[in-house]
Amino acid sequence: MTSNNLVYLIALPLFSSGFLMILGRRADKWGHIFATLISASAFGIGAFEFLQMLARPSESRALTQKLFSWISVGTFQVDASLLLDQLSISFVLLITGVGTLIHIYSIAYMSHDMDRRRFFAFLNFFIAAMLLLVLGDSYLNLYVGWEGVGLASYLLIGFWNQKPEYATAAKKAFVANRVGDVGLSLAIMIAFATFGTVSFSGVEEKVSGASTAALTGIGLMLLLAATGKSAQFPLQSWLGDAMAGPTPVSALIHAATMVTAGVYLITRSNFIFDNAPTAQLCVVIIGAITLMFGALIGTAKDDIKKALAASTMSQIGYMILATGLGPVGYAFAIMHLLTHGFFKAGMFLGAGSVMHGMDDEVNMRKYGGLGKFMPITAITFGLGYLAIIGVPPFAGFYSKDKIIETAFNAEGIKGLFIGGAALLGALVTAFYMTRVIILTFTGTKRWDEKAHPHESPFLMWGPMAILAIGSVASGFLLSSGNRFVSWLAPVVNSHEADHAEHVERFQPVVVTSMALVAVVIGVAIAIVKYRSEVPRVAPTNVRFFTKIARRDLLQDDFNEAVLMRPGQALTKFLVATDEKAIDGAVRTVGAAVIGSSKGIRKTQTGFVRSYALLILLGAFALLATIWVVTL
Amino acid sequence: MNSANYLYLSAMLFTIGAVGVVIRRNAIVVFMCIELMLNAANLAFVTFARINGTLDGQVIAFFTMVVAACEVVVGLAIIVTIFRSRRSTSVDDASLLKR
Repeated sequence: MTSNNLVYLIALPLFSSGFLMILGRRADKWGHIFATLISASAFGIGAFEFLQMLARPSESRALTQKLFSWISVGTFQVDASLLLDQLSISFVLLITGVGTLIHIYSIAYMSHDMDRRRFFAFLNFFIAAMLLLVLGDSYLNLYVGWEGVGLASYLLIGFWNQKPEYATAAKKAFVANRVGDVGLSLAIMIAFATFGTVSFSGVEEKVSGASTAALTGIGLMLLLAATGKSAQFPLQSWLGDAMAGPTPVSALIHAATMVTAGVYLITRSNFIFDNAPTAQLCVVIIGAITLMFGALIGTAKDDIKKALAASTMSQIGYMILATGLGPVGYAFAIMHLLTHGFFKAGMFLGAGSVMHGMDDEVNMRKYGGLGKFMPITAITFGLGYLAIIGVPPFAGFYSKDKIIETAFNAEGIKGLFIGGAALLGALVTAFYMTRVIILTFTGTKRWDEKAHPHESPFLMWGPMAILAIGSVASGFLLSSGNRFVSWLAPVVNSHEADHAEHVERFQPVVVTSMALVAVVIGVAIAIVKYRSEVPRVAPTNVRFFTKIARRDLLQDDFNEAVLMRPGQALTKFLVATDEKAIDGAVRTVGAAVIGSSKGIRKTQTGFVRSYALLILLGAFALLATIWVVTL
Repeated sequence: MNSANYLYLSAMLFTIGAVGVVIRRNAIVVFMCIELMLNAANLAFVTFARINGTLDGQVIAFFTMVVAACEVVVGLAIIVTIFRSRRSTSVDDASLLKR
């Protein structure tokens, strides 16, 4: 079916972004309200389309809209077209819904900032780019949105670029993302070479006729793209530094939406990964590594935002892991993505609320006992906390539990490994999130005398409360009666996965109990470890493991030693070669010409008679030569 | 009479002309020496035409005369102009291009 409304989803925020940027300071008074209304109206359109989609039968729910013929070269035809199906609408509602809440929150959070209008222009630009990413009907359309959100992320991480380290963090995020983007562009090129088309439907049609090697190549390149955008191993190092951006940005872009684009990409490309087992195995491995990696970093961070960022990395590891488990996993990955969007955005906003009350202090060792002073923040954060560690009946329990269960039931020995990793990850998650809660909201106060913690205004706690409700209810709403799995089934072909033939190694109830035991152990360790007095300055006489976990498990050191320093050495060598050899050769030629012409210039005396003599001598020399040659 | 003698005469005239161009300073004399060299060449052409029994040399001699006539016109005009402006016909004085 076609529709004419889809374009407004993207056009409204895009227009608003450009409008606010062109008007400049003239829009300072009302720019934030305008941007928020635009975002809310995009959510309105999304909700309207969602209700209409619900009314249609399952097989005709997808909507398309052709905007214009974009590229037309010989047999290569790309239309700028939009596709709204069950997968896209889930993202549209998440992006515009959470996005609008964060717009509202930012009105208060950024109220003291001189550049609030510019901030909202960037936020609207992000919304537009992210919607294009999830609505594009071909890899090329997706790529435009993919680059757009990268730009928005760069602009917003470096929003306070008067601090050089923040500008550097923005650059780091952009460069790490570019590495992934190369993967996506290579995937598009291989897809075009193999299938002659880059639209999702076109590729899906022709996928059965393609060689496994080509599909594996596309799959691995798509995985590289996903690792860059979703901060997965080995391109994960930018996410921690990305916390330099304002906290609403961390909540919207670096927790709820943009960093999950990798999960969207892999789920959207399910037809490729289902036919490329090697690539799918790599997806699982990357997901398992990252979920442990992020969780371990989270245990050692004292900066509340960096602890949450490590947790984001770990939770996206769960989603990537689930997408690698084939048709049964996609729906659980997206379900966890949606619930994660609620609870992690809620917790980031909570962290922002704490920072707001504590003069932008981010070190948890200088918090302590804030629950009394910020009851609403503590409650909403606490609900998000219960959701992320997977306590029933909160949202994370339903989504994460399903992923652990699916991981355990994967074929062969692989299932035990990744299931074990997912279970261990749940334990570590429970540990570090409990640590965050204990350090921040309980215990004795450790803050400076000049700090006056206070509850944030309604504009801030309102969105937090709504997200907390989502953290409580979304898991149950999505998973009851297998609702979300059957909703996504037409997109990810999960009906092909026959559950009857599938050997269930572990019954769901067994996995659930194991996961709950892991959570209880993690919480217990954290309580035992942090119930006593917490030092205000991080102790330095810690175990080796804690030291490297504080340094992000040496990811930056690795990048510096293996990539940056050899790169710099190569650049220095090339510069030296250029200066000494190439420029040297050119300069030598020039100097030789100048030197010899200085000698020759002496013959130019200006006297006619000396010229005549030279001509005469030349004639003699010519005659002599002829005489010698003919002799 | 031996035709070679004409060639000897031609060579002598040419040498006198060439030496004159190089050692004399007066532009008029230099000019006359150039004419001398041209006519020495003409004499050689005509002599060779005689020796070979063809007309080629004589034809070229006419061409040379035409060129020489044109050259005299232009050259004398230049010399007169230089003399008017500098009150001198010394070729060494006219070395302004160098300075």
